[in-house]
Amino acid sequence: MSLLKIQDVTMNFGGLTALRNFHLELAPGEIVGLIGPNGAGKTTVFNIITGVYEPTHGRVFFLEREITGLRPDLITKAGIARTFQNIRLFKGLSVLENVLVANHLHLKANYLAAVFKLPGYRREERRMREKALALLERVGLLELRDEQAGALPYGLQRRLEIARALATEPKLLLLDEPAAGMNPKEAADLTAFIKAIQAEFGLTVFLIEHHMDVVMNISERIYVLDYGMTIASGKPAEVQNNQRVIEAYLGVNEDAED
Amino acid sequence: MTLDLFLQHLSNGISLGSLYALIAIGYTMVYGILRLINFAHGDIFMMATYFAFFGIATFQIPWFITFPLVLVLTAALGMGVEAVAYRPLRDAPKISLLISAIGASFFLENLTIVLFGGVPKPFPAPKLFTDVVQVGTVAIQKLTFYIPVVTILALLGLGYLINRTKTGMAMRAVSMDYETAQVMGININRTIAFTFGLGSLLAAVGGIMWGMKFPQIQPLMGVIPGLKCFIAAVIGGIGNIAGAVIGGFILGIGEIMLVAFLPNLTGYRDAFAFVLLILILMSKPTGILGEKTAEKV
Repeated sequence: MSLLKIQDVTMNFGGLTALRNFHLELAPGEIVGLIGPNGAGKTTVFNIITGVYEPTHGRVFFLEREITGLRPDLITKAGIARTFQNIRLFKGLSVLENVLVANHLHLKANYLAAVFKLPGYRREERRMREKALALLERVGLLELRDEQAGALPYGLQRRLEIARALATEPKLLLLDEPAAGMNPKEAADLTAFIKAIQAEFGLTVFLIEHHMDVVMNISERIYVLDYGMTIASGKPAEVQNNQRVIEAYLGVNEDAED
Repeated sequence: MTLDLFLQHLSNGISLGSLYALIAIGYTMVYGILRLINFAHGDIFMMATYFAFFGIATFQIPWFITFPLVLVLTAALGMGVEAVAYRPLRDAPKISLLISAIGASFFLENLTIVLFGGVPKPFPAPKLFTDVVQVGTVAIQKLTFYIPVVTILALLGLGYLINRTKTGMAMRAVSMDYETAQVMGININRTIAFTFGLGSLLAAVGGIMWGMKFPQIQPLMGVIPGLKCFIAAVIGGIGNIAGAVIGGFILGIGEIMLVAFLPNLTGYRDAFAFVLLILILMSKPTGILGEKTAEKV
């Protein structure tokens, strides 16, 4: 059974085709990478999976259920969470609140119960708070729970974004360039961290990454995009030696004598 | 000017400022969440006074039942306006939304004229609130004291709701970044509807007290107060709730003091708000508590 299945998806923006006939299948428990030069359509793939864009053509299935064109919050509810390339925390909320907000969808209580804090709601809220605190402890942000999210150093903001995504209790975690802007040491820590939470929370991870060390080390399989087309896919070693991938990254050497 | 007289003006200013603050919050909350100036807000405020009129004068329902009912009806009206005039345009350019807001405003005004007539109606204020008490040498309506008290209670309630409840947290998250909030599983339609309901409810609180203070209601009564409260929200820093309250009080107290100290300028009373707006925006373009907005890329 596949966890996520993208079937022949094409995404046009006016005259521009950002993604063309894209296919993808993720099995439960996998860590899969998505790479490609800038503008290749990687983030577009994420936006289609999470319902931010509705594809021009093609279908998306999650747990055998079609989610094409579903509202983003319902897709999140179904079990897909993500982080963003350019960190998009709620900067004015505290660290703890960022995690609590993402927990929101699991509250059964309705708005009135929430506003008047009826007893059942209070119980639920206490449970959520404990869960959020446990999550913060797991990612090492417990001490900073009352800080404003926007005031955290960059590396910790990345961690908080992952914690916030985990708070939605996802089955599939999408990471958009989690190691962007990190030095090799930080990137190595992050790799270990992703592997650890993947095992701990029983996640399937699908990540976009430019740090080749990270993506080659962490991924079981890799998809390569260029100009909206899949030009290669397979095991890291296969992809690394693929001629088309090398060309896409380094350009074609048209004049060998130069 | 004697101290007594000054205090009377001040208490008047504070109660007018309270009313402005209550209405200004609705503008600022909606702006914070949708980046939309809800031009219909002043008319929702006007409708609240009509609801109260019909409850008390026409149906003879006691005020303590009518007033809560008015709050509920007005909140529902605000949510209705959002669902009909704004929600279908969620992904449209901002200018379409703005035009729709102006349309909703005209619609409510003219609907009121058609249904209830353009002739002003006397607001049936319960005697309990309009009684006059003698303080020293001056006579002051009880209402003048009740208004700030009710306003403070409403503000405390609002502060609690926004800062201490899940719903409020969702509102804050949506106002910071609504796309991300949605990807984090927040139902933004519900959150936005709730924001409109809450803003309209506060406008109804203001409207009921406005009707008692200026006991004559008519279909266009929401236009100028609406405009002034929008200005109050901008002066305070649009999108910022505390700013709207501060802006409301500055405007209310300033307006009364202008008339008190410079009676010759009484005719320019309404212009005062606009002049003040220009002066404040010249020195602080984002308003008193407004945040600097970085260009979004």
